[in-house]
Amino acid sequence: MSMDLNDIRAWYTLVLFVTFIGIWAWAWSGKRKARFDEAARLPLEEPETPRTDKNKGDHHE
Amino acid sequence: MDTADTYNYKVVRQFAVMTIVWGIVGMAVGVYIAAELVWPQLNFDIPWLTFSRLRPLHTNAVIFAFGGSALFATSYYVVQRTCQTRLFSDGLAAFTFWGWQLIIVLAAVTLPLGITSSKEYAELEWPIDLLIAVVWVAYAIVFFGTIVKRKVSHIYVANWFYGAFILTIAVLHIFNNLEVPVSLTKSYSIYPGAIDAMVQWWYGHNAVGFFLTAGFLGMMYYFIPKQANRPVYSYRLSVVHFWALISTYIWAGPHHLHYTALPDWAQSLGMVFSLILLAPSWGGMINGMMTLSGAWHKLRDDPILKFLIVSLSFYGMSTFEGPMMSIKTVNSLSHFTDWTIGHVHSGALGWVGLVSIGSIYFLIPKLFGKERMYSVKAMETHFWIATVGIVLYIASMWISGVMQGLMWRAVNDDGTLTYSFVESLKAMYPYYFVRFLGGTLFLTGMFIMAWNAWKTISGATPAAATATQSA
Ligand code: HEM
Ligand code: HEM
Repeated sequence: MSMDLNDIRAWYTLVLFVTFIGIWAWAWSGKRKARFDEAARLPLEEPETPRTDKNKGDHHE
Repeated sequence: MDTADTYNYKVVRQFAVMTIVWGIVGMAVGVYIAAELVWPQLNFDIPWLTFSRLRPLHTNAVIFAFGGSALFATSYYVVQRTCQTRLFSDGLAAFTFWGWQLIIVLAAVTLPLGITSSKEYAELEWPIDLLIAVVWVAYAIVFFGTIVKRKVSHIYVANWFYGAFILTIAVLHIFNNLEVPVSLTKSYSIYPGAIDAMVQWWYGHNAVGFFLTAGFLGMMYYFIPKQANRPVYSYRLSVVHFWALISTYIWAGPHHLHYTALPDWAQSLGMVFSLILLAPSWGGMINGMMTLSGAWHKLRDDPILKFLIVSLSFYGMSTFEGPMMSIKTVNSLSHFTDWTIGHVHSGALGWVGLVSIGSIYFLIPKLFGKERMYSVKAMETHFWIATVGIVLYIASMWISGVMQGLMWRAVNDDGTLTYSFVESLKAMYPYYFVRFLGGTLFLTGMFIMAWNAWKTISGATPAAATATQSA
């Protein structure tokens, strides 16, 4: 019984660890760079009033 | 009028003003109980003025009324602006404001009366717990509803932190407060013994991690870039920061229960995760500070940036100290002593206090249609008074804490204790006085802030979210 539980714990830790490495790799992949740069500017380029158009498209200057 | 083409600043204004009001109330109670520890006769033998009843009033007022109002105000502001859409529901937002104020008033009445469930930071009795749950669900609906109707595809990182804070607090609050009412004012936890302790500190630690940390990191990720007028140092680091922080915090709670009936493996697990927690904490701190890299000169004459950046250095200090105190051998010295109180307040005054104050200073002129705060000089004075106050507070608590720990564990050759408890108490006396001074300074700063805000607000027509000048 307790052996099974510990197996689950070990696997769970491993899954978390791999997920974490995955998130890291995802965040650092070159493809994300442009999108992240744009996201980082959101607070600086926000308009003073809400946008009234319906779509959720990104805001390109 | 309320239309879709303005932001809802009314609720932000209300919470921003109440942040200052409750800050003064909660810290005044803090100063009072600090004075009681120096001059015990200050309770005048009146039960509801005793330390035991005012202490939970202090913690509830500063964490939930002051910190909570700052979090409501900033999260409502940030989520609207970074999603470029008005709050999901004005009615529900107003309900969260009035509901939260009612909860605070109920706390201020019941705690001095001695009505308590006796779980730290969750003292409020079951009818108030139910009200909190309802208001919190409304908060979640307003916040996440706004995110759903956002007009930009990306959800800015500050909102991730605010969102995690709102969700986690809902879960923590509900599970820690599962209780059996026996009367209107008394209930008992459904959990037995050691399990109750475990649940309590799973709650307690994550209240620190998500109420006193994650939400304020949301503030950091919006207001520092905004005030410095530069994007955050590394956006991808912020993504990793987020996931690492929230997945580590959950496991660190047992460090509050070292050497108790909690199983040894759980204590060790808590210790290991607390040590790991240093990494994401410092990652976040560095990310915030480095946002200023290449523009450090801005610190010199911008008191708002000073508040925000110095708050991060206290955050770094307390998140270095915390993992140290989680090491079981260190904890055997620090537990039960003023060292913990010093740690708490370097986080509470240094981090939570300063980052909130900086953000509210940023908000007040914007919300009330002014260029800047009435007096920049007063902000500068506030900054220095507050910083000196914090240093006095935490330095005195470190010394007295380590001294207590050493005195309590000192034994003679024959195994008897070297010092009686009263001897250690006498040794604390000067440090308790210094703490009282430090707290008084910090509180004085809050009064300066109130005056400055009042001057800014009066004589200005509120910027009813009309298109004003850009920041
Ligand atoms: C890496 C981050 C942190 C770790 C590992 C940590 C660890 C600890 C430890 C070991 C204790 C002492 C437990 C005891 O002996 O009873 C403690 C107490 C406490 N910490 Fe931290 N801490 C961290 C950050 C913070 C921050 C940033 C704040 C505040 C904003 C904070 C607020 C508190 C509070 C309120 C207590 C007292 C709890 C009680 O009532 O007993 N901590 N922390
Ligand atoms: C003027 C400022 C303040 C003063 C003078 C002050 C004073 C005190 C005192 C005397 C205690 C009791 C210590 C003991 O039991 O030995 C205390 C506890 C506490 N205070 Fe403050 N406080 C202040 C501000 C704050 C703020 C702004 C926060 C949070 C945002 C805060 C959070 C707490 C917490 C969480 C505890 C309980 C600590 C524990 O149980 O380990 N305080 N404070």
